[in-house]
Order: sequence, then structure tokens, then C-alpha cells
Amino acid sequence: MNKVVNGADEAIHDIKDGMTLMLGGFGLCGLPENCIAALVKKGVKDLTCISNNAGVDDFGIGLMLKQRQVKKMVSSYVGENAEFERQLLSGELEVELIPQGTLATRCMAAGYGMPAIFTPAGIGTEIAEGKEIRNFNGKDYLMEMAFDADFAIVKAWKGDTMGNLVYRSTARNFNPVMAMAGKITIAEVEELVEPGELDPDHIHTPGIYVHRIFKGKDYEKRIEQRTVRKI
Amino acid sequence: MLDKQGIAKRIAKEIKDGYYVNLGIGIPTLVANYIPENMDVVLQSENGLLGMGPFPFEGDEDADTINAGKQTITMLPGSAIFDSAMSFGMIRAKKVNLTILGAMEVSENGDIANWKIPGKMVKGMGGAMDLVASAENIIVAMQHVNKAGESKLLPQCTLPLTGINCVKKIVTELAVLDVLPNGGGFKLIERAPGISVEEIIKATAGKLVVEGDVPEMVI
Repeated sequence: MNKVVNGADEAIHDIKDGMTLMLGGFGLCGLPENCIAALVKKGVKDLTCISNNAGVDDFGIGLMLKQRQVKKMVSSYVGENAEFERQLLSGELEVELIPQGTLATRCMAAGYGMPAIFTPAGIGTEIAEGKEIRNFNGKDYLMEMAFDADFAIVKAWKGDTMGNLVYRSTARNFNPVMAMAGKITIAEVEELVEPGELDPDHIHTPGIYVHRIFKGKDYEKRIEQRTVRKI
Repeated sequence: MLDKQGIAKRIAKEIKDGYYVNLGIGIPTLVANYIPENMDVVLQSENGLLGMGPFPFEGDEDADTINAGKQTITMLPGSAIFDSAMSFGMIRAKKVNLTILGAMEVSENGDIANWKIPGKMVKGMGGAMDLVASAENIIVAMQHVNKAGESKLLPQCTLPLTGINCVKKIVTELAVLDVLPNGGGFKLIERAPGISVEEIIKATAGKLVVEGDVPEMVI
């Protein structure tokens, strides 16, 4: 049950033009930096990227946008990215905005083997247009479908060679639910250990959901809004 | 008239001991500074944290520890980390007692618009639609009128909606108002220091209910 691959290039080698990818992270926190760099190097294009945000101009998914590799972004918030805005306004890029909880829960549904979820988010708004609405106990809910992604690419703090993952602090965010949702899930980790070194009680993502794992390198972990307290 | 800090201070008085609270970006974030020290309040950040603390001291920033506004933050003792699905699960399941957020417009039946202006670059709704669709106790912090001098408290919202029939209370630089159920309108609860009822009537386009003497707020 050894899932270790030799770095990001090998992990993403069979990602092809036109595929749908999930990428973990919230803002620039908990991003699979190594795999994004490898995707930029490989130059695959016409990708649909499901990720909460679209990075900034020179970091995260912004790097893939700059190379025009993304056909469609599926996100809850895409501010802070001038190149994104330019491509969107010029019609080069398609964007689907989804409420953040709906985005997360559609990932979760895929990982739990459920075809759809019902959520009140978006009732009475343009998000509800064309969607099935069901009333439960007097309240309206929108039916939202589980995502169907070719690959999920996540970043964890620690992982073992069997693919069990542990995240650190708020870098967890979308990573566990996306890890569960990919047909093929790739995990890059800061620390790769042998089976038995992680406490089974502390595993966040069981290895059954993870197909490929590798130890990432040179993490920049850029901070988007460095905010400090005055002494 | 209240400044942003004043609005935050007044909203902080709505927080009760034992509350779990979600604070939106902007004025709502400032509310954290005015929670009374003797109160046990836990702040939820929807990127996956309960127990959000103040900003770190310089040198202590941790790139893995941010809030939903992507700012570096700290965690208080007793904090818990969870994934994004669980984060919105606890919001949907009404475990979060109070949600405070900003708005561009609120209507007299409690509809809120705060995510999109037609013709301008749309950045997205983030978690706002999930929060307003599920939270039972929503307070809006906003300016009473926009930069063009037009009221933001309207009979009906003109901008694309974020959620319907959801806002319970509004605190502006001029007043505290409750949103009455069943389209009953905005009920004036308190005036900001130095502000008259007439000034509030003039700044409110939606139905305004004024009953008896309206007290000046104490902050």
C-alpha cells in the first residue's frame, strides 16, 4: 500500500487538457504549491479549477491563470487578482461563483458518495435560478449536486506512505473535503513519515482517499494579509 | 453620529455571555475589540476555526493561521480547527448564536444585498449567502446612507440579493433599528448621540416605525 511518488511532476503526469481539478486551500493558506508549480511547467490547459479562491497575480492559481491554463474557475471569492479580472472581463475566462458552504458541502457529498445536498444558501437569490427547490419543515432548500472532479490536489502538514494525512491549523480548510472528492487524489506534504508514526486517532484524512503522496519542497507559504498587533 | 468604532462598540452590547459569534469583514471585525472582558465569547472564523484571538505580535505571524479575511491571527486556549464543510455545517445547524456582517442595502422585510453591484467586477459571495440563509440572529453593521446620500434602508433592495427575510437588527452611524417580522418595517430602537428622530426619518427610505420617545444610545 505504498502510494509515494517521486515529486510533483510524477504526481501530475497524467493530468490532461480539459480536465476538472480540485485544489485545496483558502486564500494562499494550505495551497498545494508544488503541484501548482508542476502544472504551470507542464502547461496543461483548458482546465476547470474548483478552488475557494483564485490566488493572487503571482502566487497560487494566479500562476496558472497567467499562463492561460484555466478555462473555468469555480470559486466562492475571486478578488485580489488583476489578471483574473482582465481575463474575465475580456471573456477569456469563465467563472462560476458558489456560496462557500455550498462549495465545501458539494465536495463533502462527493466524498461521502451522495449525489446531491440540500442547502438554504442562495434561496431567493440569482444562485437559485434554474435549480430544484424542495421544502422541508416549512423552509426552502436548493438542491446542489456533488462535484465530479478528475483530480483533487491537496496540501497536508504530515502524511505517511499509506496516504494518511494530518493538516496544520487553518491550512486544513478545504483540503480534507477535496481529498475525499477526487477520482484521483494527490497529496503533497511537508513531512512524509512511515506507517505507524502518525497516531491513528489523529488522522484527518484516511489514506483510502489518497492515491499519490510526496514530500513537497521549498514551501513559500506566502501570507496574503500580514496583520499584527501593536504592542 | 457614530464613527466605525462607535458602531462596533454599540453592536458589542448585543453579545451575550456564552455566545459563539461569527464576525464579517469590515466594521464587524472591530466588534471583537469591545467584547467585555468578563464575558465568555468564542469567535468563529468560517475558514475553519473556533477560538479566534487577536492579531499576532510582529514576528509571531503564522502563515497557516489566518481568518476568513486572510489576515494573520492567533488562537486562544481551547480553540478548535475543522474543515470548511464542518464550518458551514455548524452555521447551517444554527450552532453559531450571532452573525454580524456588513451590507450595501437592507429592505424593510429583512432582505440583504451585500455581494454584487451590476456593472462592477464581481468578486463573489464568499460565505455570506450561507451565513444569512441559516443564522437566526443577524445584525448588520453599515452606514445609513451611501456615498451619494441615498438611504441604504429601503422598501426593497435594488441590488442582487444575498438572502431574504434574514436581518434582525441594524446598527448605523445614526441609529439602532429592529427589523419587524412579516414586512413590518424598521423599528427605531435608539438614536445615536446628537441625532434627532427627524434626521433618521429623512435618512430612511423604507417603512420606519417610531413609537414614543426614542432613547439616545449609551455606549
